[in-house]
Amino acid sequence: MPSVQKNIDPFLIKDCALIAVATGKKAQNLRELRDYSRDISLDSIYYHFWGGLLRPKFDDPEYHNDFALWARHSLHDKILAERLAVIDPNEFKSLEELRQELVEILDERIYEEEYPLWAKSDDQFEFIRSQIVIFNTHHTVSDPKDFVDALPKMSLGSIFFHFIDALRRNPDSIDDLRVWLGRQGKKYQGVISELAAVDPYFLTLNQLRTKVANILKEKLTG
Amino acid sequence: MKPILEKYAQHAGEDVVEHLRQLASSLKGLKVVHVNSTRVGGGVAEILHKMVPLMQELGLETSWEVINGDTPFYQCTKSFHNALQGDRINIPDKLLKEYEQTNQKTSEILRDKLQNADVAIIHDPQPAALIKHFPERKGKWVWRCHIDLSRPYRAVWKYLRKFVTDYDASIFSLSTFAQQLPHPIYLIPPSIDPLHDKNIDLPKGEVEEVYGRFNIDPHRPMILQVSRYDRFKDPIGVIQAYKISKKYFPGLQLVLAGGGATDDPEGEAVLNEVRAEAAGDDDVKILLLPGDAHRTINALQRASHIILQKSVKEGFGLTVTEAMWKHRPVIGGDTGGIRVQVINYHTGFLVNTPEGAAFRIRYLLNHEERMREMGAKAKEFVRENFLITRHLREYLTLIYALKHNTKDRIELTS
Repeated sequence: MPSVQKNIDPFLIKDCALIAVATGKKAQNLRELRDYSRDISLDSIYYHFWGGLLRPKFDDPEYHNDFALWARHSLHDKILAERLAVIDPNEFKSLEELRQELVEILDERIYEEEYPLWAKSDDQFEFIRSQIVIFNTHHTVSDPKDFVDALPKMSLGSIFFHFIDALRRNPDSIDDLRVWLGRQGKKYQGVISELAAVDPYFLTLNQLRTKVANILKEKLTG
Repeated sequence: MKPILEKYAQHAGEDVVEHLRQLASSLKGLKVVHVNSTRVGGGVAEILHKMVPLMQELGLETSWEVINGDTPFYQCTKSFHNALQGDRINIPDKLLKEYEQTNQKTSEILRDKLQNADVAIIHDPQPAALIKHFPERKGKWVWRCHIDLSRPYRAVWKYLRKFVTDYDASIFSLSTFAQQLPHPIYLIPPSIDPLHDKNIDLPKGEVEEVYGRFNIDPHRPMILQVSRYDRFKDPIGVIQAYKISKKYFPGLQLVLAGGGATDDPEGEAVLNEVRAEAAGDDDVKILLLPGDAHRTINALQRASHIILQKSVKEGFGLTVTEAMWKHRPVIGGDTGGIRVQVINYHTGFLVNTPEGAAFRIRYLLNHEERMREMGAKAKEFVRENFLITRHLREYLTLIYALKHNTKDRIELTS
């Protein structure tokens, strides 16, 4: 017998595709980066912290957000790169708070540096935002145990939608799986706690999929 | 699954093709028209030859039309092309008039088709002025710019801009290449076709055949640069890097493979400089290959240990993508689209000088295992990011975005 609470809707697996859109804002130096960051749309802030997960990336990237990468490789400011790299977007309740943190770090560095740091003319920081298209896969999961088999088959777009995009959709910044398991009663609190400890910011989508799958396998079928 | 998608699934993965099918499922029956200036030759035609049947197979009613003109039209559009990349060319009014008339005539020929298209994708400047003749157009029009517009000659861009501003959106290959426009600017990098002769797997014998044909010793290391003889590709810098490396690897061989470029006086001058720089060294092979020598270049890439693209200025650099697809690490110039493909210690190395290139050649030749790892990563990197299937996915996503008036989040309900 399936161990599902009655009246709980099945989990609908969705998928998504992102497309990048230029904002036209380009920073040549640290001051411009700070000034644009103050006003740029929050979608652009989101894109430069999280969008990299769906862009070309390797298992061990040097830095996890575009601001830190640009500081290191274009401004050649290691100190700033390290300070920016440590920002964990998960820690902020809203993108606006995340933006404030970013601007504060940039402000602090401008204050410390006697001369503004410049990048080469063909190496500007280009502010980009994205549009997301979300679609149904028509696959559903009714029993949490079935996730053990379903998860490895989910596309990286699905993983992004349910585990990354969900963080800005759901109250308390939690992923869709934890929301759904939470509706099933207290039975899955252990799994939910383990899933809460997964830090998606420091994983590729592939790694995230594997890590979640391992937790479910251990907790639900072990 | 129908045959063509099936073939791509073998290279890109079943999941990628399934993703495309799901994404396209709500776009079935949509009328999409591509317009460019030629069906033969050039990267745009090459991509459309595959993109159009793929879109058709996914259920979109896709067609491909071409703008045809007389010699003055092509003189004008060639000048556009050069001016948009920075050459200060003043185009006579007579030629501009010819450009506008050719667009006007083509608009009559294509009236029904373009008037009723749900999405019209107009490639590059040649057909850009068509939009002026469709004030009552039904669908969304997108201008797809394949050119690096980062530093255009202003007078020419100002002229073309008045057509481009009427579009609902435009597409550039990289953010760096884009100009400010009063509509959304989408960023879609180009792609390679794994089924093209340039990129298909070759029989071992065909790869080995190039050793004999070009007098290359298969038992000694070989490095290669494929590009036309152009100063921006820095072939002299490549030879200098080779010379430095040869002190440490006396058996090293260098192959420079480029086109003849008989109508390009500067190309001829660069070629002479290249020959002079390499004079007296039999281990440097300077090849002049015809434009359709795709399989030969494919074989040379597969026969080489390392591939260089030491450009000092570059557009996207699809030769880098093609090299990476053959499991080869690439030493590339730190410029343009090479930067998004060559990732230090992952898919190759970015360099700024012949010395930098020589240092990385030495590093890789001393670390064969690392070279193999990087080559394998390069191949996967291309598979995930620069195949035509990704290009198609982004076109489909763009079509949704246009249909939904460019909202940031589009949730499909079906």
